[in-house]
Amino acid sequence: MPVKLYIDAVREALWEEMERDSRVLILGEDVGVRGGVFRVTAGLFERFGEARVIDTPLAESAIVGVAVGASAAGLIPVAEIQFADFILPAVNQIISEAAKLRYRSNNDWHCPLVVRAPYGGGVHGALYHSQCLEALFTHVPGLKVVAPATPHDAKGMLKAAIRDPDPVLFFEHKKLYRSVRGEVPEGDYTVPLGQAQTVREGEDVTVITYGMGVHWALAAADQVAAEGIRVHILDLRSLRPLDEQAVVAAARRTGKVLIVHEDHKFCGFGAELAALICEQALFDLDAPIQRLAGPEVPAMPFCPPLERAYLLNADRVAEAMRRLARF
Amino acid sequence: MMEQARHRRPEAQWRGSGGEVHEFHEVHPGEPPRHRALGLDDAQAVEMYRYMLLARLLDERMWLLNRAGKIPFVVSCQGQEAAQAGAGLALDRQHDYLLPYYRDLCLVLLWGHTPRDELLAAFAKAADPNSGGRQMPCHFSDRKLRIFSGSSPVGTQIPHAVGFALAAKMRGEASVSFVSFGEGTSNQGDFHEALNFAGVHKLPVVFFCENNKYAISVPEHKQLACANVADRAAGYGFEGVTVDGTDALAVYQVVKRAVDKARHGGGPTLVEAKVYRLVPHSSDDDDRSYRPREEVEEARRGDPLVRMRAYLTEVGLWDEAAEVDLRQRIASELDEATAFAEQAPYPPEESLYWYVYGEEETSHAG
Ligand SMILES: Cc1ncc(C[n+]2csc(CCOP(=O)(O)OP(=O)(O)O)c2C)c(N)n1
Ligand SMILES: [Mg+2]
Repeated sequence: MPVKLYIDAVREALWEEMERDSRVLILGEDVGVRGGVFRVTAGLFERFGEARVIDTPLAESAIVGVAVGASAAGLIPVAEIQFADFILPAVNQIISEAAKLRYRSNNDWHCPLVVRAPYGGGVHGALYHSQCLEALFTHVPGLKVVAPATPHDAKGMLKAAIRDPDPVLFFEHKKLYRSVRGEVPEGDYTVPLGQAQTVREGEDVTVITYGMGVHWALAAADQVAAEGIRVHILDLRSLRPLDEQAVVAAARRTGKVLIVHEDHKFCGFGAELAALICEQALFDLDAPIQRLAGPEVPAMPFCPPLERAYLLNADRVAEAMRRLARF
Repeated sequence: MMEQARHRRPEAQWRGSGGEVHEFHEVHPGEPPRHRALGLDDAQAVEMYRYMLLARLLDERMWLLNRAGKIPFVVSCQGQEAAQAGAGLALDRQHDYLLPYYRDLCLVLLWGHTPRDELLAAFAKAADPNSGGRQMPCHFSDRKLRIFSGSSPVGTQIPHAVGFALAAKMRGEASVSFVSFGEGTSNQGDFHEALNFAGVHKLPVVFFCENNKYAISVPEHKQLACANVADRAAGYGFEGVTVDGTDALAVYQVVKRAVDKARHGGGPTLVEAKVYRLVPHSSDDDDRSYRPREEVEEARRGDPLVRMRAYLTEVGLWDEAAEVDLRQRIASELDEATAFAEQAPYPPEESLYWYVYGEEETSHAG
């Protein structure tokens, strides 16, 4: 199987879906001639033309709002928000409009669309090019929110998102774009939204995570394996819909749960996971659920020492695994 | 600006139901009646008025039902019917997309909704075609009629209209999208973002501002530092037009031109119809606290219904007997529709969970 970069897997999904279905179009800032500031959409403008790869004015609410209308009219827009941090001007269109259209029209109208947004830190992006904003959206019924961690899932889930009948927020960790390679099957396949995946089996500690956390957890699990700690890792892949069964099963597997995410801890996605496990598997736990997450400061500073201090890493995850294993 | 010039000699008077005298100057000896000059036949001119009166009487019925404690909420079209009737006839009701706002009762009636449909919404019943009783009344929607669903945060529908226009352009369809909103809403970012997008991409959309002088209590001069909402179009590279929104024929003329232009690749137009809201903002508002009664009375003397009726009378298309007959027929239609809507069933409690996502579609079909 060919091994590809995460960013190439995303592009391949867009390319193949645009080939497959003429209703699919891309719109966003710099996505056309420039091929995106990260170059995710490179080559698409040349292949599909300016009518289907649209360089929009710099206005996020219009990008999503126009996508909602175009989608209701029968197209399948894939809107790019240049950095997830800049999705905030479009929140009204996402939460008041896209998420509620089907419900408020009693199933008469709906808007299948995808909003792609590069998110996450560790690229010297400072406060406004580093944030994780998924928890703002996972709270909202009517939206789907996914955050694939591997090239395989990025391609398969983006295809699934484009074919989904509802609005999907597709968070791509920008640090993964060029730092992670993985096997990507040739040709068409989808990874269904709402299915978590066990990425490592173990008996001592369960880690539940997504996005960058998957890579930290895998590296940390290697570290502690040398000390005899066997770690079980669940990659959620999709946050809403959430694979609740997989979460509860993973928690039961070891009875010791460590939740890891880059986003803030307070009211972060981990809080939902912890609540779910308590509701369904409290008496199978052997230790209090632990959350390892971003610090309670507004966002990530620019200077290297503060950026390092802000971000989790494999060492910090390994330390949390050891503490939990010892409990 | 294309404000309709009115330099006509006083030739007709019409006595309103309150005994007040209105003078209109619509007929010029030797010239065809205005509506024919605009390409409207007699039946269409009468149709405009019929829908204006239907909307007005339905609106008044809803206030009665509200004050009787039967429906929780009303938001009105009163004073804006001529603007809506003029615009409605200028559109192609078979192909164009309508993205209305909450005052567009007359417009959606013209587009095929019935008083029964809107009373079902007012009573929040399952058969309400707008939302099945989920949304507040006057949040219009109907896919089969190409009326797109709107929400309550003002202005969000404006970029949606641009999206419909983008789809039409991409597919090479000749349909135009028409979106309306108030002057207060022209301060929302979505208004500006949408107009700019449509201007840059030269999309087939008509932006229709119904400027009724108030955004709830805040008057126009505290909303806008420019003279007209239409002036804002200049910033987006297309034409802005103001028109007397109490004159249905003038509105028809201006909107028809904008629609034709859009349909033939000429891009968007912002049309601003100057109207006046004759009643409080909604059934929960008391407008005595922010506008003098004399101002409202003055506006009532220019009531667009009175004006349209006088015009039709002058050109010989209308008379007292026709008026009495139409009012009677509307009254009995409203009686029937009210009774029907009042006794219609609510949606079942379990439907609370329906239609959050598409996968559930099949399980609740029918
Ligand atoms: C974003 C938003 N802010 C506030 C409101 C509350 N609100 C409803 S209607 C309205 C006034 C709208 O004025 P205008 O756009 O002039 O329309 P009109 O009601 O006068 O026709 C306000 C403030 C709202 N619905 N949405
Ligand atoms: Mg207003």
